[in-house]
Amino acid sequence: MEYKDYYKIMGVDRNATQDDIKRAYRKLARKYHPDVSKEANAQGKFQEMQEAYEVLKDPEKRAAYDQLGANWKAGQDFRPPPDWDAGFEFSGDFGGADESVFSDFFESLFGRQDRSGRGNRRGGGFQGRGQDHHAKVLVDLEDAFHGATRSVTLQAPAVDDSGRLRTRQRTLSVRIPKGIKQGQHIRLAGQGSPGMGGGQAGDLYLEVEFKSHGVYRVEGADLYMDLPVAPWEAALGAKVKVPTPGGVVDLTIAPGSKAGTRLRLRGRGIPAKNPGDLYVTLQIALPPAGDDRSRELYEQMRNQMNFNPRAALGV
Amino acid sequence: MAEDAGRVFTGYVLDESVTLTLTELSGACRVREEQIIELVEEGVIEPDIRKENWMFPSTELRRAGRAVRLQRDLEINAAGAALVLDLLEEIEELRARLGSL
Repeated sequence: MEYKDYYKIMGVDRNATQDDIKRAYRKLARKYHPDVSKEANAQGKFQEMQEAYEVLKDPEKRAAYDQLGANWKAGQDFRPPPDWDAGFEFSGDFGGADESVFSDFFESLFGRQDRSGRGNRRGGGFQGRGQDHHAKVLVDLEDAFHGATRSVTLQAPAVDDSGRLRTRQRTLSVRIPKGIKQGQHIRLAGQGSPGMGGGQAGDLYLEVEFKSHGVYRVEGADLYMDLPVAPWEAALGAKVKVPTPGGVVDLTIAPGSKAGTRLRLRGRGIPAKNPGDLYVTLQIALPPAGDDRSRELYEQMRNQMNFNPRAALGV
Repeated sequence: MAEDAGRVFTGYVLDESVTLTLTELSGACRVREEQIIELVEEGVIEPDIRKENWMFPSTELRRAGRAVRLQRDLEINAAGAALVLDLLEEIEELRARLGSL
């Protein structure tokens, strides 16, 4: 497995004080928190950082980690020396970084603990409902129109043959139903952690996120798009074709339409019992004056049309 | 855990018509009920209070989950998380509008 340089990850010196480390964590957490960050790979960075903080914030774990020596380089092949942790006692209080999955490197040093079980345990006896799990599933906007099957990869803790808790990757194929919306959750009953002592398994919650689309912007069940039209289509009126995720439809442009005019195509948004609408904003596309004939037409307009686009500006 | 190869799971969409109890919502967010109550008191999420027991529109799960993660990972209180969420939502809306210009 690879050695991890926790100091480098946190951007602090090996002899940083506990306060320095806390400050560095807070700063990085604000920058890379997956609920806040726009950085690429924020999730991965954040997990790596949480793991580093888990070790460095605890003087006992930090001392044990330091004992490995400063000569290791990040990424170097690592095997813990025998008895490396002799004389250290870990309190077993693993912060609260509950959904993150720590590296093999971390687990080989500090073992793996169920870091998140605490708040959720209630009731007596040995029977307990398994934990609920969360994951995100990225879907295309088109999936909301036609339905689809998408696979989701989960990092799930599972007990192996020797009774140790290990992280296991698991891929599920999940049906994305027609009409799904951004931010909605799909609940898969019984697909969370197994229950204890014959207790019920937890549920898996999948949060649906649309991939960004080149043409449409989604707001709830409504879609927004820009539609280019020719100047004569806007001026004289026309019937034009509009692509919608559900197929091409005809749209009537009224004579004298201006750029920025917004038209509503009722019920052409995300389908549902109350389907969303599609809002089309007209953009006037300028034909290039690339050849003689086009230039001639523009010249004719200039000479024959009494049009001052800056009249409202008083010049 | 059984192998899931070849199996397609069909879930249950939590849309506007689905409500969650306090226990379900706190279970889904993996926190104690008290923490959800605190978010309600802070106005981060709103239960339907017409019924005897609180029922939460399932669409609140997203807000509650984000608030809980922010509180835990940034070590901030419910009021701080509430402010972050409001600002984030405003930014998301503005970004979406920018994208459509």
